[in-house]
Amino acid sequence: MTATAPDGARSFRWRRRSVLPGFGLSLGYTIVYLSLVVLIPLAGLGIRSASLGWTQFWAIAFDPRVVQALQLSFGAALAAAVINTVFGVLVAWVLVRYRFPGRRWLDAAVDLPFALPTAVAGIALATLYAPNGPFGAILDHWFGIKVGFTPLGVVMALIFVGLPFVVRTVQPVLEEIDRETEEVAATLGARRWRTITRVIFPALLPAILTGFALSFARGVGEYGSVIFIASNLPFQSEIAPLLIVIKLEENNYAGATAIATIMLVISFAMLFVINLLQAWSRKWFGHE
Amino acid sequence: MSETAQTRKVRRAIGEGPATRIVLIMVALVFLGLMLIAPLLVVFVEAFGRGIGVYLQALALPDTMAALQLTLLVAVIAVPANLIFGVAAAWLITKFDFKGKSFLLTLIDLPFAVSPVVSGLIFVLLFGANSALGPWLEDNNIQILYAVPGIVIATIFITFPFIARELIPLMEQQGSSEEEAAVSLGASGWRTFFQVTLPNVKWGLLYGVLLCNARAMGEFGAVSVVSGHIRGLTNTLPLHIEILYNDNKAAAAFAVASLLAMLALVTLAVKTLLEARFAGEIAAQRRH
Repeated sequence: MTATAPDGARSFRWRRRSVLPGFGLSLGYTIVYLSLVVLIPLAGLGIRSASLGWTQFWAIAFDPRVVQALQLSFGAALAAAVINTVFGVLVAWVLVRYRFPGRRWLDAAVDLPFALPTAVAGIALATLYAPNGPFGAILDHWFGIKVGFTPLGVVMALIFVGLPFVVRTVQPVLEEIDRETEEVAATLGARRWRTITRVIFPALLPAILTGFALSFARGVGEYGSVIFIASNLPFQSEIAPLLIVIKLEENNYAGATAIATIMLVISFAMLFVINLLQAWSRKWFGHE
Repeated sequence: MSETAQTRKVRRAIGEGPATRIVLIMVALVFLGLMLIAPLLVVFVEAFGRGIGVYLQALALPDTMAALQLTLLVAVIAVPANLIFGVAAAWLITKFDFKGKSFLLTLIDLPFAVSPVVSGLIFVLLFGANSALGPWLEDNNIQILYAVPGIVIATIFITFPFIARELIPLMEQQGSSEEEAAVSLGASGWRTFFQVTLPNVKWGLLYGVLLCNARAMGEFGAVSVVSGHIRGLTNTLPLHIEILYNDNKAAAAFAVASLLAMLALVTLAVKTLLEARFAGEIAAQRRH
């Protein structure tokens, strides 16, 4: 099971020897399944996109409606990720450092957006923030802010889907931080705020950035929760994934492929950055 | 300086004062209450608001029952497929050291970075009428797109990393010394896996399966693109919610949504219970 290659000694060089069996089987299964489900279908999109040619690709990419949709998707995801980073760090801090009744329930509630289907979240948020909904009416009447069926509604939906990412990446790092370092800073005369900004924050920074990037990446591609709360009208609140669906319904495969490729390239670049951040964080904070 | 003043000063230097604590806890509670709990409450209020009779009537509609059956069927295929992959990939990554491991991890994460709509699109491009495979599928009378196989494949793609991602950190943390001991005592690879590894990771595995299942049953964007929205045939529960909601049957839409919301609540409850149990088990392992 272990040595599948006839020249076993030679083929072992690219991996460390192990007494455990199953390397060949698990490697083979993983690679075949990964290729069939993920790599080959994704390559198909790449091939289809390459066959468009540059002129056609740029014509679609710089179509004003496409530009507007991409701007909304990325802009709203950025705004939601910033809000989620601020409140996510605060929630992680409260959950890790303080003890209060109901803390465990609050901790469990953070995962809700992971478990609740996006369509369910979508109709719930649309009902809450509609002009005659409980939150929408208050916001409109007291502050003159319209959330439902506007770009602000898109941001609200993206805050919902992205929140757990920041909390769940910051929380374990915060738990690992040695309280002694804080005590040392305090003994050396540092005030609490100075200890937080100079001792705790730098240690949390990689996790905060990772959480921000994950929340942002999730927001860019989000579809289900947004389409109920947005007006979905061109140039108003039409997100990029919705535009892909519209192009597909019009049988405009070239248009759908081009927009998907732009989104995919940016998403993969972000995944790459996230992995770099995690490697960086392991390098600096992993060997404590 | 009196003793109490001294202690207070020390406490302020290594922690926040009671007023700051209360303010931070309140901000976290209000934020999570408005952003996460309120949408969840709205689902149940709207679902049961017009009485249990209307609720049951909405669930008993033939289209709802068909959607429920399809959703269960999709989950029954997709979850075990990703379970086998998740176990194989976790075994490969945590028990062996080889070149390209972190690259493989990035590839496993790819579906997280792809927008659900784009995930659906890649299968439309792969199996659609004007794809390379399309004519062959048509000649052999195989219907993948706008039929159950397409929905299953898109769901497998979306939930691909869930179980692997849950298992890998857990198995990494536990190391392989127990498995090595079992193998050197003469146990076969399968026996080592079933009698040593599996009991150690069963709770983490269960949560991974539940999370994968919640996502499989709740997936909207990808399934929406490949399903073709044929009522009673290719409508899953989340797609059925959209149709009811757009037909101005909000009460019925929320009744169906409450089913998926209950599934989410069960998932989170099991997770919270497992974590309480985990904490005891980890402490016990540290003792001996």
